[in-house]
Amino acid sequence: MSLAAPLRARAEREAARLPPLLARAEHLAGTVLLGEHGRRRPGLGDDFWQYRPVQAGDERRFIDWRRSARSDMEFVRQREWQIAQSVVIWVDNAASMRFASDKGLVEKSDRARLLALAVAILLNRAGERVGLAGAELAPRRGEAQMMRLAEALTTESDEDYGRPASSGMVAHGRALFVSDFLGDIGAARTALTSAADRGVQGVLLQVLDPAEEAFPYRGRTIFESVGGTLAHETLKASELRERYLARLADRKAELKALCATTGWQYGLHHTGDSAQSALLWLFRAFDGGPAR
Amino acid sequence: MMLGPIGFTAPWLLLALAALPILWILLRAVPPAPIRRRFPGVALLLGLKDDDSVTDRTPWWLLLLRMLAVAAIIVGLAGPVLNPEPETEGETATGPLLLVLDASWAAARDWPAQEALVESMLAEAGREARPVAILRLADPEPPVFRAADSWRSRLAGLAPAPWAASPATMAEVSEILGDVRFETRWFSDGLARDGRASLLEALEARGPVTVYESPAPVLALAPATVTGGAVALTARRAQAGTPREITIEAHGRDPSGTPRLLATHRLQFEPDATEATGELALPAELRGRLTRFEIAGQAHAGAVTLTDDSLRRREVALIAGREDREGLELLSPLHYLEQALQPSADILDGALIDILPANPDVIVLADVATLSGAEQAALLDWTEKGGLLLRFAGPRLAASDVSRSEEAPLMPVRLRAGGRTVGGAMSWGEPKSLAPFPEGSPFFGLELYDDVTVSAQVMAQPDPTLASRVIAQLSDGTPLVTRKQIGAGQVVLFHVTANAEWSTLPLSGLFVQMLERLAVSSAVAMPDLSEMQGTTWQPVKVLDGFGQLRDAGTLPGVDGEALITDGLGPEMPPGLYEGPDRRLALNVIRPDTILTPTAWPARIPVRGLARPAEAPLGGWLLAAALLMLMADILASLALSGRLFPARAALVALLALGLPQGADAQTEDKALRAASEVVLAHVLTGDPRLDEMAHAGLRGLSETLYFRTSVEPAEPIGVDLEEDELAVYPLLYWPVTPEQPIPSAEAYVKLNEYLRTGGMILFDTRDANVAGFGASSPNGQKLQRLARPLDIPPLEPVPEDHVLTRTFYLLQDFPGRHSGREVWVEAAPADAEQVEGMPFRNLNDNVTPVVIGGNDWAAAWAMDEMGNPMYPVGRGYAGERQREIAYRFGVNLVMHVLTGNYKSDQVHVPALLDRLGQ
Repeated sequence: MSLAAPLRARAEREAARLPPLLARAEHLAGTVLLGEHGRRRPGLGDDFWQYRPVQAGDERRFIDWRRSARSDMEFVRQREWQIAQSVVIWVDNAASMRFASDKGLVEKSDRARLLALAVAILLNRAGERVGLAGAELAPRRGEAQMMRLAEALTTESDEDYGRPASSGMVAHGRALFVSDFLGDIGAARTALTSAADRGVQGVLLQVLDPAEEAFPYRGRTIFESVGGTLAHETLKASELRERYLARLADRKAELKALCATTGWQYGLHHTGDSAQSALLWLFRAFDGGPAR
Repeated sequence: MMLGPIGFTAPWLLLALAALPILWILLRAVPPAPIRRRFPGVALLLGLKDDDSVTDRTPWWLLLLRMLAVAAIIVGLAGPVLNPEPETEGETATGPLLLVLDASWAAARDWPAQEALVESMLAEAGREARPVAILRLADPEPPVFRAADSWRSRLAGLAPAPWAASPATMAEVSEILGDVRFETRWFSDGLARDGRASLLEALEARGPVTVYESPAPVLALAPATVTGGAVALTARRAQAGTPREITIEAHGRDPSGTPRLLATHRLQFEPDATEATGELALPAELRGRLTRFEIAGQAHAGAVTLTDDSLRRREVALIAGREDREGLELLSPLHYLEQALQPSADILDGALIDILPANPDVIVLADVATLSGAEQAALLDWTEKGGLLLRFAGPRLAASDVSRSEEAPLMPVRLRAGGRTVGGAMSWGEPKSLAPFPEGSPFFGLELYDDVTVSAQVMAQPDPTLASRVIAQLSDGTPLVTRKQIGAGQVVLFHVTANAEWSTLPLSGLFVQMLERLAVSSAVAMPDLSEMQGTTWQPVKVLDGFGQLRDAGTLPGVDGEALITDGLGPEMPPGLYEGPDRRLALNVIRPDTILTPTAWPARIPVRGLARPAEAPLGGWLLAAALLMLMADILASLALSGRLFPARAALVALLALGLPQGADAQTEDKALRAASEVVLAHVLTGDPRLDEMAHAGLRGLSETLYFRTSVEPAEPIGVDLEEDELAVYPLLYWPVTPEQPIPSAEAYVKLNEYLRTGGMILFDTRDANVAGFGASSPNGQKLQRLARPLDIPPLEPVPEDHVLTRTFYLLQDFPGRHSGREVWVEAAPADAEQVEGMPFRNLNDNVTPVVIGGNDWAAAWAMDEMGNPMYPVGRGYAGERQREIAYRFGVNLVMHVLTGNYKSDQVHVPALLDRLGQ
């Protein structure tokens, strides 16, 4: 009984965070959704897409006689592709994401959740099923799923650096990984290759703080990871800058190469930039699919 | 220990400077403390090594800054002092100290500097517990060695005298020195005198002697003389060398009697000359009103020369009877008079009635017998007011009935009919010669000439009064010249003609001398000894050491002989003396005075008066160290990356932005003053004084608020140049020597303010130590400040002035000091006390100025809590004094606000009741 009160309080606090995140994500999604309906390709669905001349191999029952009767050719009526795909999202919730170099900036984890949830909302509206990687939440449709997603996204991990989870992927589904990818790249490699093995394609979004990109530090400094497990002391931080930036560039190049080999798309977002442009890019990346 | 002009009070601390290199090494070895930073990118940093060559040590400039800061602290604590007071070595440095002041007129110019130096020496002696004696050579007393503090309070009273020590006095001083050993510091006035050397020897016999004197040569002004039509001015200086131009100011009275600057004249000292002369041409009328000349900017008695009657050209009106013998000039009754008076007097011609309004000094009637009734009345009136009527006999007078049966008002004696003729062709005897002049006659002492004979005269009727009226007679005892006092003036009758018809007197030099003695002409500057015998001369105005003219008050008269033979001294200060029939100016500088600079023996150290002020540098160095440490903090922060430029800029911006936004209240100042009663004080530019004045008026306002129905608002400081004055009922104006003189426009405003009923309370804050308007720097400043103001004649507050009873019944007006005199507008001359009334019916308006030196604001001053801010007096008596000061303030404001209301006789019964009469 004694635990009930703190538990309740924490639950309330966590719950209070949900609607705003959801609302913000909805709001963000709403700005993007305009004019981006449909998949704009023929497929299974309810909406009319186009008439096209019958080609060899088309079954007779697909011919639309009413349309064919108005001309000398036979036409097949196609519907817009409305097949539901499963999209699995992984958002890094490790300690390294809870970092903002300046008061005016949001934490990386905050931006990552927002973008992920907004994409989930967009995909949900487009009729896709959205779930979380790691078998925490299987892909489903519907508003309730959004609530569950939002709730699941707010959990936090004590680990210093997150490891992408490849479990829970639906074969030939799609995936979205959002992280800073500053930890061990082996985990990302493993996750991506295993996903590619199962025909899953997707988008890899690296979220970085501007300070991580610029390294504006000088003087004698002890750098600590946010979780506190890693530390590095230097006598002259400014001297490290070049080499740090080189390593960061290497890391990005590595990720890009990884994406290229596995057919994923690589995106880079800074918390100093607007979330909307990132969302737009994400949406297009999903919309275009691997073919583009 | 001394390093150039810098000395150290604790020089051993400087050894700590040796530790600086060690500190350098230590600081260099220890790198700055690290900052801990959260940084997710640390994973990428792992394994990166610091380059050895760029190990982050403290940079050299930061080290240097810290070294400098530490060095500044060490040097600052070692107590550096710029221009430290040199300590006299040897045994006498702790022994008694004798300060010898020349205290002569020549020292008056540098008196403020001397006083400051003496004061600092007294302070120093007080710290070292040395007994001190001060000896003024001009007015010596046996030196008494006492605690320095007791001298400090007396310092203001040791003003220089308007004379200098005579050799006799100096010899006397050598006698009274006693046989104690002491150190001597001699404040010399820079002029050589007999007796200095022997006194110096006497002083040296008792201990070391140091001389302090100003290197600037003394300037002095010799008495002005009249040459031709102009006034000859001679200035002297003690040392030749550089060319120098000085300005001589001629002061006098304007036609309404107010003292004014009448003229200025420039004199140029040639490089190698010690004397500069010049002639100042002034109209005779202007010359008659001169009172003194002075060298501008030299505030000492030697730079002032008073003028007496000798400068005036007398105006003599010559009036003869009918001049019907045109062409016979030598027979004209006025010819000889004209010849005698021409060089030294201005001769007026014209009808008697026309001349009288010009108010000549002398009117000569040569053989004029009868005067019309109007003429006689006017002439009598003029004579009673001090005119000298000089009459000469002649055929017409002898033939007339004037003063025959009874004495005419304008004749000294009765005359017998016809007169007499001796030694002529038709008479017996020989022409008569003159008898020696009797004692008591103005002609006493004049040499007789044998060739002066009288062959005809009018005869005086023997009368009881005749003997006393004869001032010259012939050898047979018949009167030749008779005189009678009429009011303040006199009438003198020569019983012979003014031409050579009846006597040879007009042909001789004796005639001119007699006219001089009668002060008809006044070519002679100084009366000679014989004339002065037995006379007593009363001082009218005397000069003080600073060259200020003051009323002589009750000073005793001086024997006439002493006036000529003796030198100036306490018994006979320089000034204006009034004798039997004339005024004589006794100046510090005689026509033959030569100024010689002092020549001290080489063994005597001579120092200037203005030694550079001792400036302790420790505080500055410590402050500099603090600043450097601040800079070090910023630099360290910047180095370690903790200082963000944006934040620093923000802080700097804030710091810059703070002092702004304070200048919005000048606009509504006048508005505020107009909507409430507000006391105001003049801003002097001295922040401490302004603050004190403000606090004083605040205290007075509080007092008024609590005790009376006057409820003033917070007082206001008034800038004379900018602010509107009309809205303030009272301006409190504390006087400092440093404050700037307001501009001409400001004076226009001030005069307008005074004319429209405003009041200015001038406070010199020096307790009138040296007397009103006199030599204190504040007093002099007050004179300069008030000169352009339209101020009526002033007098010390009379006992029945309305200020003494507007609210409280007061007789004293103390502030922080309890000086005696407070000056207000003088009562009208015709104010008379009515029997049975306690006070006169005085001015009908508010006095425009109140002048005093009691430092009222300090006595009134209250802080925000209502506590007094400055001590007044001691104990209960002091509190009482403060209370009276508040009462004075209340009375003053009441006087300003209600005018002469309490002067109304309606209040008499109530006042009498309160006074217990």
